[in-house]
Amino acid sequence: MTTRLLEIENLNVRLAAGKAARPILDGVSLHVEQGEAVGLVGESGSGKSVTCRAVLGLLPEGAQAAGSLWVDGEDILTMPSTRLRELRRRDVSMIFQDPRASINPLRRIGDFVTEGLRACGVPRKDALKRAEELLESVGIREPRAALRRYPHEFSGGMLQRVMIAGALAGGPRLLLADEPTTALDVTTQAEVISILTRLRAERDMGMLFVTHDLELAAAICDRIYVMYAGRIVEAQPTEGLFSRPRHPYTSGLLAATPRLESDEPPHGVPGRPVSLAESPAGCAFAARCAHAQPACAREDPVQREIDGAQVACLRAEELIHD
Amino acid sequence: MTEYALEVEGLRKSFGAHVAVDDVSFSLKPGGALAIVGESGSGKTTTARMLVGLERPDAGRIRVGGRDRSDVARGKATRLARAREIQMVFQDPYLSLDPRVTVAACVEEPLRLHFAMSPAERRARRAELLARVGLGEREADALPRRLSGGQRQRVAIARALATEPKVLILDEATAALDVSIQAQILDLLAEIRRDTGVGYLFVTHNLALVRHIADVIIVLYQGRVVESGPTREVLANPEHPYTRLLLHSVPRPGWDPAQIAADRRSLAAVLRETPNPPASAESPHHGPDPDPTKRSVVK
Repeated sequence: MTTRLLEIENLNVRLAAGKAARPILDGVSLHVEQGEAVGLVGESGSGKSVTCRAVLGLLPEGAQAAGSLWVDGEDILTMPSTRLRELRRRDVSMIFQDPRASINPLRRIGDFVTEGLRACGVPRKDALKRAEELLESVGIREPRAALRRYPHEFSGGMLQRVMIAGALAGGPRLLLADEPTTALDVTTQAEVISILTRLRAERDMGMLFVTHDLELAAAICDRIYVMYAGRIVEAQPTEGLFSRPRHPYTSGLLAATPRLESDEPPHGVPGRPVSLAESPAGCAFAARCAHAQPACAREDPVQREIDGAQVACLRAEELIHD
Repeated sequence: MTEYALEVEGLRKSFGAHVAVDDVSFSLKPGGALAIVGESGSGKTTTARMLVGLERPDAGRIRVGGRDRSDVARGKATRLARAREIQMVFQDPYLSLDPRVTVAACVEEPLRLHFAMSPAERRARRAELLARVGLGEREADALPRRLSGGQRQRVAIARALATEPKVLILDEATAALDVSIQAQILDLLAEIRRDTGVGYLFVTHNLALVRHIADVIIVLYQGRVVESGPTREVLANPEHPYTRLLLHSVPRPGWDPAQIAADRRSLAAVLRETPNPPASAESPHHGPDPDPTKRSVVK
């Protein structure tokens, strides 16, 4: 068996510090192969961002993690911090949601893009040359001049391209994208996504794409994981997820999304999304689920495979959402 | 006497040398729903802010229920009367509610400002308004931090409805909400419009959403109306290249972001070569027909 680029198995994370102590992830398992784009979709509090950050060892302070998390066969959770830093510089990169909040406003763009390279010991001149090429590849005009400019001189869309350039500097094999276009306009979103998908394909990188937007995930991902209340409730190849969602939450999300090509108005899911800490025993979605039975509130649904889909729903076999 | 809840004619606003809104005209029927769409910098939020009086237009007329509000309000009574007619729900319910004011006090404040009511009457009306948006006495006593995003937006809607406005402006009012909650709020808004006859003016960049909430659509690009008409017709048959670009930008299966990026660049290049004629103060009415129920496109 070949080693997977990213493999998370049964990851549990809980915040341990004082009053805030609570579980945030429960039994999360997922994987990303070399060259594969994988979506991680969920609403607020579902744990999708925590899962994504855990891959870089970026857990909230005082958090305890159990389970395993391998990048290319190396365990992140037990890795010494020097190796972890090296991994962040070279192998795994992250693109954050808000470029304005993630790029130091007091440093020049050139400093931001070359930071990882310089830390790896690349000479300044070579690093700047590399940065110039990277800025050009993400469509920044006059990349050489851009190196000397400051973040406030760029629009949000342009700054997000700078962030992508910075993320690619170390030549990573795995890209983590945490809602990279949520802060952007629809037309800018399309541009940033086209750059991201092109560079990902050119460099054969694996990507974990975190978003709340099922349609966006469907447009760019091969497979999609759906999270709810700190657990993965369904995983399927994109096509199957849209044509045959197996979990009532997935079909609820699909029905709630307004669509351009359909006359069917969006239907809300009653109640509100809960976090793992708030969720009662049994299935966390039971209280909002139209198909819930008394057993749903007692038994934890076990994830199992049905027709190529991973589903965690007690009634998955009976319910076919076509 | 006019049949429109809201009429806007030749609205214009510049900040320094930058023209943010240029000759924008449209009208909204009582109980109608109109959506202003465009990307950031298109002038849609500036337009909304002028309508509620947060910005003063450089030129143009705004009439609500036939009453002109283009001139500066003189005196408290005029200001209050104008505020009553248009209310606004903002994008981020985490910023638009005062964290130290309870839900009850928040909804009662406009009642106190606009109506002579006894405390008992006010409480009764507040309970009625909160019930209207699906909140009960338990939420009334709470501070905003105890509420979820969806509940907060319900409070913001109740507060806006308190003055019984003719027009409610919803500036990306569901954009910050989870998708399962967004649909709930849209249902609620549709129900309120049916029951009260209030008109909606949505400001958004989400065309998939517009299709389901607005009868009439106005597309803004660089401060100008480039296309307007009944939502169905415009979305099924977009004529202006910018409208087409916006439509293609909505993610969906089979989506081609590279093509959209190319289209966007060529559109920007075309519009640089043949810029729109600058609107002059002498001819503020060369924009599209202010009746948006007819199709109109600026080529």
